[in-house]
Amino acid sequence: MAVIIDSETKVVVQGITGYQGTYHTQAMMDFGTKVVAGVTPGKGGQEVHGVPVFDTVDEAVERTGANASCVFVPAPFTKSAVLEAVDAGIGTIVAVTEHVPIHDAIQFVAVARARGVTLIGPNCPGLGTPGVAKIGILPNKIFSKGDVGVVSRSGTLTYEIVNAMSESGIGQSTCVGIGGDRIPGTGFVDVLKLFQEESETKRIVLVGEIGGTAEEDAAEFIKEEVTKPVVAYIAGRTAPPGKRMGHAGAIIARGRGTASSKMKALETAGVKVAKLPTDVPDLING
Amino acid sequence: MKLLEYKAKELMRRYGIPVPEGFVVSSPDEITEIAGPVMVKAQVLIGGRGKAGGIKPADDVEEARKCASSILGMNISGYTTKEVLLEERIDVAREIYLGLTIDRSMRSVLFMASPDGGMDIESVPEEKMLMIPVDPLIGYQQYIGRRIASFVGLTGNQAAQMARLCGHLYELAVGEDAELAEINPLVVTKECDVIAGDAKVTIDSDSMFRHDEYSGLKEDLTPLEEKAKELDIAFVQLDGNIGVIANGAGLTMATLDSLNMFNGKAGVFLDLGGTDDPKKVKEAMLLMEEAEPAVILVNIFGGITKCDTVAAGLLEAMEERRITTPIVARIKGVNEENAREMLRNAGMIPASGLSEAAELAAKESLR
Repeated sequence: MAVIIDSETKVVVQGITGYQGTYHTQAMMDFGTKVVAGVTPGKGGQEVHGVPVFDTVDEAVERTGANASCVFVPAPFTKSAVLEAVDAGIGTIVAVTEHVPIHDAIQFVAVARARGVTLIGPNCPGLGTPGVAKIGILPNKIFSKGDVGVVSRSGTLTYEIVNAMSESGIGQSTCVGIGGDRIPGTGFVDVLKLFQEESETKRIVLVGEIGGTAEEDAAEFIKEEVTKPVVAYIAGRTAPPGKRMGHAGAIIARGRGTASSKMKALETAGVKVAKLPTDVPDLING
Repeated sequence: MKLLEYKAKELMRRYGIPVPEGFVVSSPDEITEIAGPVMVKAQVLIGGRGKAGGIKPADDVEEARKCASSILGMNISGYTTKEVLLEERIDVAREIYLGLTIDRSMRSVLFMASPDGGMDIESVPEEKMLMIPVDPLIGYQQYIGRRIASFVGLTGNQAAQMARLCGHLYELAVGEDAELAEINPLVVTKECDVIAGDAKVTIDSDSMFRHDEYSGLKEDLTPLEEKAKELDIAFVQLDGNIGVIANGAGLTMATLDSLNMFNGKAGVFLDLGGTDDPKKVKEAMLLMEEAEPAVILVNIFGGITKCDTVAAGLLEAMEERRITTPIVARIKGVNEENAREMLRNAGMIPASGLSEAAELAAKESLR
């Protein structure tokens, strides 16, 4: 059992012949993922690490039975790549690409959600279930098998926390990096719902950051629907209002999206909130 | 990328939104004739121009020149006025607010409207604001404009003008990759026309690959910010004395939070994004040194690169510039012990955990 991916997941890598695509195809296979196909227009017939490359997703699905996709194509072509995967009947799409224009994201996220496709990203590290499969770019070595479901808006901070958990002997059921963009295909609430329903996940870690109200919405959902214990960390407690904090552009605007409002909402929902990422393992155990 | 008022109005005009006639000058001498009474408006990327004296009325060329020369060069909240817009003066009967932005939780474009325009929209009470998300699969439809017109109290011909205008504003946002398109105030004139009094447009910086027209536009950046932008490194200036280099916004913010725990304060921080590319780490190091922090804290979580390779990049930068600033470095991932040894030998302060690194850097900065 796992959420979103399982041992039947067969992945097509869109943009497989690029540097990132090639590198992470190998890393995904090392993790145990069944990578069955790659797609790069114009490069059909080639192979990457023994994986056949096709010109279109449709062809890849027809020939290999791929049912999930990992998108590495550059930002200008991401919209088209995601829509192509949706149209080819792919049920799970992880869009790793960052710097996707926001109006493109609005369009393809709407289409994916309307068609019942699970789209994670854009601008996300993807997801991994130790011992089963991984789609995306999360480093293999940070994982260990266990019963904690992790959902995070961040990339490297997720690695930091998952790594700290593993070092403390706390394993993960599934770890989902939903990405830091303003228009995420899958949100906290979507993943929390899956963790609540899935039997191997006994505890949940939520990693949020300042900006937007996704954490407040998550807190609301936890209060109503989640019975499993939840630990959270919110990055950006010391970020000044009005400053765009780094690449993902986390920002406290109009007095909304502050760390304290998020922490308060989560605490009210019964969530244990860590002051520092390094405190997360102790809070899970304690 | 924020556009100046006149650029935003050019776009609006192109999309069929009524805007006042006007022209832009960067020197009073360029004003040779005006068609009638005008407003002379400072072109800066910040609000509060009126209060700062950056908007003045003029009735003839002489007066317009005088206004222009007093406004040009004016410093408005840190922004220097380099251009003024001379614009036909309109007879205001009413001021409305109309804006389009991105709604994260609805995952869509969002219309915002209020019958009370002209003021700071954040001070408008909630019950006087109408918010309508546009379903991306449906797009803009006339009924949205009609709902807005009715909410702000327009009827008849004006309501029809408003509905058309809302459609044009939506087309502009989608067509030009705007993440914000705001008209405040949207003016109802004494002649009963609806026209954009001011205009604010922000273009999504991730869409620049398909907007060559903005490649010439320079943002108001310091030389260091400029360089960081070229290297695709996010550069943020805060008010402490610790320079932080980290990869990923979440990890960067977590590093700042950790520093704060030990009474350390970040000054400049550089976020490399999700990458651990050794070349980029080195570039960031060179850039950081120019910002002259008291201590440099490097916190890199390695994804695909080996830690010793990243460490080698740091050492190269140190040698190239003969950097003497104390450096606390924490590089997590494959071969990290090896990397720590290399850093220690080069005189850096290696750390293994995030809290440990933060504590060491904070201690060093308080010396």
